[in-house]
Amino acid sequence: MELLKQFDLVKRLGFDFEYGYSEGRKILILLALMALLIFAIGIAITFGAYKISIFDVYRIVLAHVSPFSDLSNVTKLHNTIVWELRIPRVLLAVIVGTALATAGAVFQGCFRNPLVEPYILGISSGAAFGAAMGIVFSDFLLSVQLSAFIFGALAVAMAYFLARVRQETPIVTLILAGVIIGSIFSAMVSILKYIASDAALREIVFWLMGGFYYATWNDVFLLAPIIIPCFLVMWALGWKLNILSMGDDEARALGVNPEKYKFVLITLATLVTSLAVSTVGIIAWVGLMMPHATRMMLGPDHRYVIPAAAMLGGSYLLVCDTMARTLTSAEIPVGIITSILGAPYLFYLLRTRGKAMLG
Amino acid sequence: MPMLEVRDLHFNYGKTPILKGVSFEVDEGKLCGLFGPNGCGKTTLFKCCLNFLRSCSGSVFMDGKDVRSLRVEDMAKIVAYVPQEHKPPFPYLAKEVVLMGRTPRLNGFFGISRENKRKAADALELLGLTELADYPYNQLSGGQRQMILMARAIAQETKLMFLDEPTSALDFSNQIRIWRIMRLVAERGVTILACSHDPNHVSWFCDKVVVMKDNRIIKEGSSQRVITESTMDEIYQDMCAVRNFGRTRMVLPRDVALRNETEGFGESTLCGLHAGGARADRFLEGASGQQLKTLQEHPCSTSRPAIETSVQNR
Repeated sequence: MELLKQFDLVKRLGFDFEYGYSEGRKILILLALMALLIFAIGIAITFGAYKISIFDVYRIVLAHVSPFSDLSNVTKLHNTIVWELRIPRVLLAVIVGTALATAGAVFQGCFRNPLVEPYILGISSGAAFGAAMGIVFSDFLLSVQLSAFIFGALAVAMAYFLARVRQETPIVTLILAGVIIGSIFSAMVSILKYIASDAALREIVFWLMGGFYYATWNDVFLLAPIIIPCFLVMWALGWKLNILSMGDDEARALGVNPEKYKFVLITLATLVTSLAVSTVGIIAWVGLMMPHATRMMLGPDHRYVIPAAAMLGGSYLLVCDTMARTLTSAEIPVGIITSILGAPYLFYLLRTRGKAMLG
Repeated sequence: MPMLEVRDLHFNYGKTPILKGVSFEVDEGKLCGLFGPNGCGKTTLFKCCLNFLRSCSGSVFMDGKDVRSLRVEDMAKIVAYVPQEHKPPFPYLAKEVVLMGRTPRLNGFFGISRENKRKAADALELLGLTELADYPYNQLSGGQRQMILMARAIAQETKLMFLDEPTSALDFSNQIRIWRIMRLVAERGVTILACSHDPNHVSWFCDKVVVMKDNRIIKEGSSQRVITESTMDEIYQDMCAVRNFGRTRMVLPRDVALRNETEGFGESTLCGLHAGGARADRFLEGASGQQLKTLQEHPCSTSRPAIETSVQNR
């Protein structure tokens, strides 16, 4: 703790240790989660269907990172497996986990409901429809990913403007609009499944389950520059999100314009979610569970919940994906693992602190 | 110049008029009670004044500034709002809720400076709530939550404070405690507008009373002038009688008053009430004088917050 106080950065960010707000403890937890995430990445790159020794893995990584060592003493196969397959996949899992967990925390705060997940406004159905369109009509549309992104964002935009009356966006109307838009897109996905050929149908089903099979460096380079700045902005709005979660009138009375900030936060959360969904498909539970878990550790202050949920989400999805690709010889869709691990956790939450957490 | 000036407010919900030309003003440092029956437009008047409803016509001036032209951020530096007590969905600690009152004056991204935390702690201390600081706000009792919200409004350091039925749903002692806090705050120079359903409370504690009925103001002025039998008759058709016990005015149901006065034992009961009136007088003087001390000697209702049983059972 004394050591922490020396950090000028911590002080410059405005964190303080006085007046019993126990921010020191919370910062330590954030640092511990950071360490957990780095540790998980370090372990995950050594696992895989093709056995490569830990020593070799790190030699390859070092060869790529440092300008001094060269790749001459590494086999080409090992290099491809570690650098072209595993590492982008690991990084993508972390980025997607971060995106979903952050978006979950933001949606839960904005909608004042701890049971909301990032897909609440119909992103998942919209993206699924976009992806199915891209798969079925592959000759007309540019790419499955782009089409999924466009329709995912479109679904949320439709829900938002459907719910907007007289310059206000009441939460209940917004959630209902999300349900309506979601069901329309689900119906259209069913139509596409019905008319799709067998091969296309199989691909649609696979996409809907979600997974990181096709992760490449391109995906990482596409997602990271958008998701990381979005995350930082959402984090910076953490205190405003606390105020928003008290209700619209109170937010206005406390000097936070609810229309403006909810629009900004929902837009950012939608952007990162639809990017994640369009790249890896629908992965359930991460966005719902991670904010819960962090609230139990750190309390409900979103200035801490957002970064902690992001790091925990990254670690969780990374662990799940590593299990998905190593547990059996064939790959298990990661959505199955996140659900199987996640459902008992939520059940445990409900039984032990249902009333305190969910009111 | 009055601190709060409301001019000719009109508001319609669909085609139903809710406010029909409401005008009044409140001077600096005064505690003004807004009194009226259910559905007379009190809450709508509040929301129009605070700019929550932007489609009402007329004008509202706070501290000489036109509310319509203020940004949300600037408005929150002038007026604080204490809503009816409610439960937020997340278990923020009481001190975090109070710290939220500092939001209009925060700058920077992540952290909150020591000075702001000190002001939040001071507000809690002023109301004698320090020992509630570390409890989750949504597990406190209704009265405790209401007092935390008052502390938040004090931490906001505004010249004006609006309270929406601050004593509804509270027991008698907590109601009185809240009114004492309002007097304390008013004596520190804050102008307060509070709405209430209880004619006795507004007549005992308020400097000025505004009475609303059927979407307009029917009377305004000092409580002695306004809370009269004719006013009460106008609002509640022959329900109430108004009596003076000592210097204290009491509004009571007419049948109770008549029964006591006509039946034989009326005299003795009235004597009893006189004694009660004298006590009430002393009580009021205590309230307007040394509240700070009284409040600190008797902090909030229970020494231990009422944590929900489910949590204890955990």
